Amino acid sequence: MYRIASKKNLNPTVTQMEIEAPLVANKALPGQFIILRVDEAGERIPLTVAGTDPVRGTVKIIFQIVGATTELLNYKNEGEYIQDFVGPLGVPTHTDGIRKVCIVGGGVGCAIAMPVAQAFHDLGAEVVSIIGFRSKDLLILEDEFRACSDRLIVMTDDGSYARHGNVTVPLKEMLEAGETFDTIITIGPLIMMKFVTLTAKPFGVPVTVSMNPIMIDGTGMCGGCRLTLIEDGKRVTKFACVDGPDFDGYKVDFDEAMSRGRMYFDFERHAHEETCNLLKGAN
Amino acid sequence: MPLDPKKHEMPTQAPEVRAHNFSEVALGYTAEIALEEAKRCLNCKNRPCVTGCPVNVNIPDFITKIKDGDFEGAYQVINETSSLPAVCGRVCPQETQCESKCTMGIKMEPVGIGRLERFVADWHNANATEKPTAPASNGHRVAIVGSGPSGLTCAGDLAKKGYQVSVFEALHTAGGVLVYGIPEFRLPKAIVAKEVETLKALGVDVQTNVVIGKTLTVDELFDMGYEAVFIGSGAGLPNFMNIPGESLKGVYSANEFLTRSNLMKAYLDNPVTPIMKGGKVAVVGGGNVAMDAARTALRLGAEHVYIVYRRSMEELPARREEVEHAMEEGIDFRLLNNPVEILGYNNPENPRDPKNGFVTGMRCIRMELGEPDAKGRRRPVPIPDSEFTLDVDTVIMAIGTSPNPLIKNTTAGLEVNNHGGIIVTEDGLTSRENVWAGGDAVTGAATVISAMGAGKVAAKAIDEALSAK
Repeated sequence: MYRIASKKNLNPTVTQMEIEAPLVANKALPGQFIILRVDEAGERIPLTVAGTDPVRGTVKIIFQIVGATTELLNYKNEGEYIQDFVGPLGVPTHTDGIRKVCIVGGGVGCAIAMPVAQAFHDLGAEVVSIIGFRSKDLLILEDEFRACSDRLIVMTDDGSYARHGNVTVPLKEMLEAGETFDTIITIGPLIMMKFVTLTAKPFGVPVTVSMNPIMIDGTGMCGGCRLTLIEDGKRVTKFACVDGPDFDGYKVDFDEAMSRGRMYFDFERHAHEETCNLLKGAN
Repeated sequence: MPLDPKKHEMPTQAPEVRAHNFSEVALGYTAEIALEEAKRCLNCKNRPCVTGCPVNVNIPDFITKIKDGDFEGAYQVINETSSLPAVCGRVCPQETQCESKCTMGIKMEPVGIGRLERFVADWHNANATEKPTAPASNGHRVAIVGSGPSGLTCAGDLAKKGYQVSVFEALHTAGGVLVYGIPEFRLPKAIVAKEVETLKALGVDVQTNVVIGKTLTVDELFDMGYEAVFIGSGAGLPNFMNIPGESLKGVYSANEFLTRSNLMKAYLDNPVTPIMKGGKVAVVGGGNVAMDAARTALRLGAEHVYIVYRRSMEELPARREEVEHAMEEGIDFRLLNNPVEILGYNNPENPRDPKNGFVTGMRCIRMELGEPDAKGRRRPVPIPDSEFTLDVDTVIMAIGTSPNPLIKNTTAGLEVNNHGGIIVTEDGLTSRENVWAGGDAVTGAATVISAMGAGKVAAKAIDEALSAK
């Protein structure tokens, strides 16, 4: 059992928790993820590590309440316990030799993008961050991003806060103005990462995308998280859990990944509704 | 009285009943049947059956105890050499091991050794009141990586000798393939849990949710004070055929399909982990894993389940008993067939059609057996212009696995062969000092009992190395 050391609601649908897991806290690096189960009968869900405190032995996770399991997790309070917490899994984000980076985060993906931005900032790289949200009330981690970015651009889809538009708009402006980056790292919805990649392509800037497919074991055993890279015209199968979660954006077959992500759409929606009803009953 | 030429039949659930439930197929011998079957053992002098057992269970001795009606005594004989009797009695391929050497088998059917072993283990689990206790510690600490059959065996043997043993398991439940891979109807999970509890009573410390190679490395285990490490991390990444359509929705590896059903309990009502149920299912492959996947799909409610295998029945590697059970349940064997493409739904009018990207069929080509290959197995060759489409909604690839690279990549000096299997000596010692390995991590996908044999060999070697210190 793993104790919830702290809990904070970042916005109405996004929650931050610190979980006591000293072995994971000792090892986790930006870009890696963990897998948890809320209770004995629970499903295994992957969540990217949003920070660690090795001294307190805690790992920070930030999750959006999108399904039955995240709903159940959000129902737990500080001081309570979750059943299982394993990690760190996956390969950390590559930081070697990067002097200037553009971090592009979208929605709850910003929770993963923030520690990556922080890592580059700590290594002395120049960090330009673009973070986008659907609207003002979904904004998270603005102050944290500001603290570790040399420049921060906040976007909202509906114009309810900061600049109106999506994240590719300022990215394109910068690239067209001749600004260069050693790499662009983008974390967020698949559709956003696809368009960030397409925006960068004419300028030849490398793009790293963070993939978060459906997973079960997370250790390279089941193959459920597979995705396709197109390398030299050939389709190559990779496993996000051991080969990723970071991949070269120019090689990822996004359309296939988006299709696979919807495999259990009906099941998940139904399970979420049931859980909501169950929790309402408990209140 | 003349000896019965045939083994006593194993009572089983009727095929038409068991095809719709996850309860165990084989029901086990009663005491009466076990006594009768035990009488068929000649207790011959040269004991060939013992040499056929990878862990050398003293088979004639335990059968003699059964004859005497001393079932607990029989259990204790098995327990001297095997840590997992209730498991072995169910999943060992006895027909190619102990029973294949049985003297009775020369002229008649061999003694039903596996069935007797299962009877004895189940009798003990139901009736024994005494719990094993941990022996006095010898002060040596050993770390075991993985809680599958090789790891549990190695842990059990060392714990009985007084070693302080910690087992590190990546998943949330101990048991490895016994829990995530082999279905409930062949091996009830309560039995695996009971075997693990027995080890815990012997003092074995089982730590779940620790991925060696990620959470901790092998070198860190030594830093923590462990004097020896046994790697029994099992087989890893599932193989795919690299044909078009394998990323469509409805295509699973057998590992994923079985893990969803077994470990994550997707077969129960209102599961939290989804799985595709019903429809028409094709399982590609001919091993025990393919049989498990096909029979699981059937029990989950599939209308029709095919086994698609590129060779003929003669080459099919699964156990005969499993194949017979599958056939009785109505699994449709499409032999000498090989998939060439998986077909998916695509509505060009509506890219948002929710059916887009789901499997609609599998293109196959008929095969014939050609010249024998280097191993002497006749090579399957496609018959030109013989392609056809199998109408299916789900495809499960059960064509083997490749070793998981997590430990190799984080353990300097650990040598592996070109298939990724860890290289070991006869005693299971790796290229790293004080690191042993065994099971599928060494051999690639093999059997539960061969993994147990490797765990046993390594435990003996570890004991010799550490007690000489």
